[in-house]
Amino acid sequence: MALLEVNTIHTYYGAIHALKGISIQVEQGEIVTLIGANGAGKSTTLNTICGILHPHQGSILLDGEPIHGLRPHEIVARGVAQAPEGRRVFGRLNVIENLEMGAFARKDKAGIRRDMERVFTLFPRLKERAKQVAGTLSGGEQQMLAIGRALMASPRLLLLDEPSMGLAPILVEAIFDTIREINAQGTTILLVEQNALMALSVANRGYVLETGNIVLHDSASALQKNEMVRKAYLGEE
Amino acid sequence: MRAQSRTPWSNTVRTGLLGGVAALLLSLVGLIEASAQRAIITGVLSMGHTLLLLIYVWAAQQAVRRLAADGERQPSRLETLTHGALAGLLISAVLAALVLLGQVINLRAVFINASPALFDLLTLKLGTWLGGGVLLVVGVVLGLLVASLSFIPSQFRKPLVLGLAAIPVVSVLASALFAIRGLSLLGALILLVLVAAASYLWDLKKGAVRERMNNLTPTGQRTTRWLRWLLPAVIVLLLPLLGKYPSEVLDNVGLYILMGLGLNIVVGFAGLLDLGYVAFFALGAYTMGVLTSPEIQWAGARLTFWEALPFSVLVATISGILLGIPVLGMRGDYLAIVTLGFGEIIRLVALSDWLKPYIGGSNGITRIPKAVVGPIELATPQTLYYLIILGCLVVAFVTIRVKDSRLGRAWMAVREDEDVAQAMGIDLVRTKLLAFATGAAFSGLSGAIFASKLTSIYPHSFHLLVSINVLCLIIVGGMGSIPGVIVGSLALVGLPELLREFSEYRLMMYGAALVFMMLNRPEGLMPEARRKLELHEAEGGAGE
Ligand SMILES: Nc1ncnc2c1ncn2[C@@H]1O[C@H](COP(=O)(O)OP(=O)(O)O)[C@@H](O)[C@H]1O
Ligand SMILES: [Mg+2]
Repeated sequence: MALLEVNTIHTYYGAIHALKGISIQVEQGEIVTLIGANGAGKSTTLNTICGILHPHQGSILLDGEPIHGLRPHEIVARGVAQAPEGRRVFGRLNVIENLEMGAFARKDKAGIRRDMERVFTLFPRLKERAKQVAGTLSGGEQQMLAIGRALMASPRLLLLDEPSMGLAPILVEAIFDTIREINAQGTTILLVEQNALMALSVANRGYVLETGNIVLHDSASALQKNEMVRKAYLGEE
Repeated sequence: MRAQSRTPWSNTVRTGLLGGVAALLLSLVGLIEASAQRAIITGVLSMGHTLLLLIYVWAAQQAVRRLAADGERQPSRLETLTHGALAGLLISAVLAALVLLGQVINLRAVFINASPALFDLLTLKLGTWLGGGVLLVVGVVLGLLVASLSFIPSQFRKPLVLGLAAIPVVSVLASALFAIRGLSLLGALILLVLVAAASYLWDLKKGAVRERMNNLTPTGQRTTRWLRWLLPAVIVLLLPLLGKYPSEVLDNVGLYILMGLGLNIVVGFAGLLDLGYVAFFALGAYTMGVLTSPEIQWAGARLTFWEALPFSVLVATISGILLGIPVLGMRGDYLAIVTLGFGEIIRLVALSDWLKPYIGGSNGITRIPKAVVGPIELATPQTLYYLIILGCLVVAFVTIRVKDSRLGRAWMAVREDEDVAQAMGIDLVRTKLLAFATGAAFSGLSGAIFASKLTSIYPHSFHLLVSINVLCLIIVGGMGSIPGVIVGSLALVGLPELLREFSEYRLMMYGAALVFMMLNRPEGLMPEARRKLELHEAEGGAGE
C-alpha cells in the first residue's frame, strides 16, 4: 500500500477549476517530484493534501485511510508536514521559536528536543543563528528554517513547495543535498519544483503537471530523457 | 537618515514651519485659549502658554538634533544656536502672521476661535505691533535657550530637563486633583531644584546602589525585589485617598484597562481586528441590569451583584463565540467591518421598541444595585476602586499566564500567518474562537461592573466610540503589551478626564496621539519586547 495515494482530485478556487482530476502515488521512502510551470497547480495540490484546501471530488488516502475530509491540524497530527512556497517563516520569532512552532502538534518533550538537534545537525547555519529573529535571516537560511520547521512535526511525509525558489545556484545545491539526506534518514518526500533539472536529479519518480492535469509520469531518469520534458522544462530546443 | 538629501537649513525651516502650523492649529481650534484658564505657575505661566512652549521646545530641539545627526562634521556652537533660533523664529512668525491677519480681516467669520482673547494671549497683551515684535523675539530667545541646552554636559542636562518637565506635570495633577490653582513661582522653583537634585544624585549613586544590591545575600536580594513590588502596590492601594473625583477617574481608567486587556488578546495577541468590541461590554452590563434591577419583572428572582456577575461574563463569552463563528474565515478589513456592524446591531437592538418591554429601550435600565461585600456597600468611587483593581489583577494574571501557554503561542502564530499556523498543526477554529471568547469575557466583566457603578445603563453608553477608544489605547500603549494597556488607559482615558479643558478636544487628541505614535513610536509607549526588538533590528538595517 502506498504511503500517500491521491485519486483523481478536483479542487476549485470559487469558479476556477484548478485541479482537474489529479492522481499521485508516493511510496514509503521515496522522493517523488511534481514539476510544472508557474500556475500549473502544484501548490494547490500540496495545499489540498494538507487540508488547507478541500477537493470537490476524489480522495486522498494516507496509509489507506482517507484524510481529505480532515482539518489541517488533524492531518499534521497524522504525519504530513509542509514547508510552504515562499518559506513564510514567522518573521518576528527567532529560529528556535520558529522550530518550536513546527512542533506545536506534539507533546513529547524529549522527542522534540531530539528533533531540534537533528535539524541543527542538518543545518549548522541555523544553530549559529538560533536566537536571531527569522525576518532578518537571508533567503537561504529562511528556506532552511522552513524545512527545519516542517521536520519538527516529525512527519512521515514531508511536502516541499519550491525550496529552490529565489536562491543562488550554490545554495540550491546545498538545499538539495540536505533533501537527499533527510530522505536517507527515512522521511518520504513529495517535492514540488519549477527547477525540473534539480528536482529530477534527486527524485525517484516524477509527475508533470500542466494546467491542473498530470500529463506525464515516470521514473526520474526516464523523465530526464523524455523529449517533451527536455523541451519544456530543461530549457533545451 | 530619512532626510539625507536635504540640507540642514531646509530641515530646520521645515521643522520650524511644521511647529508653526501645529501652534496655529492649536490656536485656531481654541485649545490654547481654553487651556489658558488653567495656571501652571500662578501669574507667570498659563497652560495655554505652556502648550505653545512645548511646541517651541520640540521644534528647536528637533532642528538641533537633526543638524548634529545629519552633518558629516560636528556643528559649531554658532551653527547650533542659529538653527535653534531659526526654528523658534519661524513658529513665532507664523503666529505673528495670524495676529496681523486678524487685524486686517475678520478671521472669526471662518475661525470662530480667532478671537481678541487669543490674540491677547499670543501678543502677551502688548498690542499688535509691539506684541508681534515681542513674540518674534521670544521665539528667537526660546530657540536659543533650547539650542544651548545641548552645550550643557549630559549629567546636568538630564536633571535640568526633568526638573523643568516636573513643573507642568505636578501643577496639572495638583490642580486637577485638588483644585489648587497652579503652583506659586517659589513652589515651582523648589520643585525644579528638588527634582533636579534627586535625578542628579540618583544618576551619581545608581551604580553604587546596584552594586550593593548585587552584594546582598540571596534573602536580602529577595526582600529588595519584594520591596520593589510592594512600593507601587501600596501606592496603587492608597490612591483612593486622593478623594472622590480622582477615584472616579481611576475607576473609569480601570474599566478601560479591563476592556483593553480583553481587546488586546483579540487584536494584539491573535491579530483579529475587532471593531465591535463594545458589544460585549454592553451585553455584560445589560445582563447585570436585567438580573439585578428591581425594575425588571420578567427575569425571575432578583440576584445580587455577585450572583449576577458570572452570568454577565458567561453571556459575553457565549456571544463572543457566536460572533466568532461567522467571521472565522474573514481577515483584516472584512473582519473589521463585520464586527463593527455587530457592535452597532447590539446597540440598536438595545434601543429598539421591540425589546423595550424587556430591557427598557431608550429609557435603559435603572436602579441597578451596587455590589456589597460583607457589611460594606461599594457605593462610593473609592470603594468601587478596589473592586475594579481586583478585576484588573485577575484579568492581568490570566492574560500573563495565557500569553506564555500553548494557546498564547497559537495566537501568535495565527497573528503572524494564518495559513502557516494551520500547517503547523494549530486548530484555527478553536484558537480564534478562544481569542474572541476570552476577549469578550473580560469586556463582559467590565460591563457588569460599569452597570453597578452607574446603577443605570442606556443604549447610548455603548456607542461605537467606546470600541474606538479601546483600540486607540491599545495602539498608543503598544499592541500586545500588558503594561501598554495600563499606560494607554491612563493616557487616553485618565488624562482627558483630568484636563477638562480638553474634553471637547478628546477626539482631536486621540487623532494627534495616534498620528504622532505612528510616526515616532509605532511600537507604542510600552511595547511588547518582541515588537521593540523587531523595530530596533529594522532600524539597524540588519535585514537582508
Ligand atoms: N487563492 C487563489 N484564488 C484563486 N485562484 C488561485 C488561487 N491560488 C491559485 N490560484 C490559481 O490556481 C492555479 C494554480 O495555482 P498554483 O497551485 O499556485 O500553481 P503553481 O504552484 O503550480 O504555480 C493558477 O491558475 C492560479 O491562478
Ligand atoms: Mg506554487
